[in-house]
Amino acid sequence: MKNKKIIIGVFLVLLAVLIFRSIPREAHAEPDFKKMQAAARNYCTNPNSTDSRCADYFMQNYHSGLQRTAQEKIGIVGKYGEDDGFNPMEYLSTWNFNNLPAEERKTYYRETKRADGSLLREYWINAEDREIEIAPGVFFPAWAYNGQVPGPTIRATEGDLIRVHFTNKGTKPHTMHFHGFHPSAMDGSMPEDFVYPGQSFTYEFDADPFGVHLFHCHSVPLKQHISKGLYGAYIVDPKNDTRPKPDRELIMVMNAFDTNLDGENEVYAVNTKAFYYAMNPIKVKKNELVRIYLINIVEFDPVNSYHLHATFFDEYRTGTRQEPNAYTDIVSMAQAERSILDVRFKYPGMYMFHAHVSEFTELGWMGFFEVE
Amino acid sequence: MGQSKLKIWGSAFLPIILLILLLLAFLKFGPLGVFKSSVAPIENVFIQEVIFSPEHIALDVINDGPETVTIAQALVNDAYWQFDMEPSDTLRPLESGKIYISYPWLEGDFEKITLISRNGITFEKEVEAATITPTFNIFYLKTFVLLGIYVGVIPVLLGLMWFPFLKMLRGKWYSFLLSLTIGLLVFLGFDALAESFELIGSLPQAFNGIGILIIGFLLAVLTLSAVSYKTQKLTEEKGEHYRALVWAYLIALGIGLHNLGEGLAIGSAYAVGEIALGSLLVIGFMVHNVTEGVAIIAPLTRNKERIQNILFHLILMGILAGVPTIIGALVGGFSYSAVFGVFFLAIGAGAIFDVAYDILGQMAKDNWASIYTVTNVLGFLTGLLIMYATGFLVVG
Repeated sequence: MKNKKIIIGVFLVLLAVLIFRSIPREAHAEPDFKKMQAAARNYCTNPNSTDSRCADYFMQNYHSGLQRTAQEKIGIVGKYGEDDGFNPMEYLSTWNFNNLPAEERKTYYRETKRADGSLLREYWINAEDREIEIAPGVFFPAWAYNGQVPGPTIRATEGDLIRVHFTNKGTKPHTMHFHGFHPSAMDGSMPEDFVYPGQSFTYEFDADPFGVHLFHCHSVPLKQHISKGLYGAYIVDPKNDTRPKPDRELIMVMNAFDTNLDGENEVYAVNTKAFYYAMNPIKVKKNELVRIYLINIVEFDPVNSYHLHATFFDEYRTGTRQEPNAYTDIVSMAQAERSILDVRFKYPGMYMFHAHVSEFTELGWMGFFEVE
Repeated sequence: MGQSKLKIWGSAFLPIILLILLLLAFLKFGPLGVFKSSVAPIENVFIQEVIFSPEHIALDVINDGPETVTIAQALVNDAYWQFDMEPSDTLRPLESGKIYISYPWLEGDFEKITLISRNGITFEKEVEAATITPTFNIFYLKTFVLLGIYVGVIPVLLGLMWFPFLKMLRGKWYSFLLSLTIGLLVFLGFDALAESFELIGSLPQAFNGIGILIIGFLLAVLTLSAVSYKTQKLTEEKGEHYRALVWAYLIALGIGLHNLGEGLAIGSAYAVGEIALGSLLVIGFMVHNVTEGVAIIAPLTRNKERIQNILFHLILMGILAGVPTIIGALVGGFSYSAVFGVFFLAIGAGAIFDVAYDILGQMAKDNWASIYTVTNVLGFLTGLLIMYATGFLVVG
């Protein structure tokens, strides 16, 4: 009997001690690097491990090494394949199919002099279904004008006559809807304007007004037809150009892709391929005048922006006046807004350009100018 | 003789042989095309586990869809981040892999990891509050053992210490205690079932969580039934007190299995940063689980004759019911798999329901209507209410 009481007594004392000694404490808000290092010691038993954490650990510079590795690993993995037929570097300065040899170019573009000296510009453009690579290894089932996103750039001078022979080689009704002056029959936006698969339509209108414009499919559901890739740049130059003459002209279409069809974009870019100009910087020369035709066609997000590091530029909003509206280093745009930016780089070096909607930057919309 | 044996075996295997032949023919000539879907491939990759170490995140992934999936890119908190994948970036159905990302995650922050397949399908995992994933070291070993002791062992032993008091109860009060115990058990049983169902949601589809649950549940019920059937004769020989002892052990076992599941859940939740194990939560679990000790001793309190070595038995029962919490917390903390959670919680639920039914049968003594006395009904409801009320203390 006495024994039992002793056992129970000891048990109670033990209980009390246990309760008071070590109720788990709340976790530290700050990371405890010593504890982290202790934890890492468990991961890194093999000095020849290829795990970057362990390589740093064995380099004795443990935590700063880890931080450096984590910082450097931002971005995508892999390289773009060659087989999808779209070269963003070439696209920058391509209009009216001027990248093609003369013979081949004729199948897509012809110009004929008219009585008043202006040109009739004829285009052969189709819409088709095509899988495109939007980030290394990530493919998107796009709807594309002439198999490319953005579609081929159409460029004319104020007063020219534009004639577009459009054929729908896709699987859904499509149209070409141009921003600019035109008669309502050429608007390509009403159900009676839809061009059904296998059918054709010819759009004809005067190039007017001058500026940087765009064209896109206006079939329904509209947001689907746009976000699937049916858009392109449409540039009209002023007949009497009083602006400084550019040394380089670059077309940049800010776009994005909703790969999982959840109504949000997974990949952002300028000219379709995420981080392409980060992997392949755009080469320009110091002090030369670089003219950027900038268009925002991002669906689902209300605002996109364009920010250029370490320099300022003249902005001609919509390009419809010959005097700049602003001298700035950032332009914010809703969908279908566009601007002409005249840039001169003062110093040689690498200069980042990206959306100052930072989220888009890290989702692919970032690139570099390399100034020589 | 030999011939009839051949017949028996033949008739046993004939359907299987025919099935195999049919499958071969089906694969070779069959109308498989009919079943091939023309829609986009259904890709499904399940992120089973996220392991945080300093400036680094590792993922355990499994392809639980019908199609081979290639992981092309990875995002952390909506930013593309470079990753390495083992054994390769392509996963066949049911193949699992590891993904390593060096990323400057923040202690206590919400982290979202998204994988993008070749076809642009995304697979997501959200972590409420990132924290270093425990590795097997002394610090975490101590943490999890203590956790198990606090949540499982101490409360059960405390509950057992009511034994001398409850032993004094007689007549109506004894019935009240028994029905209260059944109330406690039924609540625990449903609690374990519900937790098991909830965990199914965090299993890859291919694992068929409901199947695991049913197997675990029925395994417990049938095993216990078989044991009590086997021991029935022995019980009758050895008398009332022996049966009471067996019951008490069975209840302890059932609660132990339940606590194993509970320990798994708590340990893993702590490890993945889903709960902050504040002192309040631990105290809550202690109060809540004290009732489990009461449930264990209830059948023992009526015996007039003394059971030998009762203290020894009580401590053993306490250990049987409480220690699995430690094991659960350790397993849950260091190498958690929701499969175990579902399985053990289902076993616990089955065992608890089986024991509750046994006690009820004993109270009824072949006249089921006789159990619905006011005392019993009140006792039962009180049991449920006690569990419900103390449950508020463990809102993590």
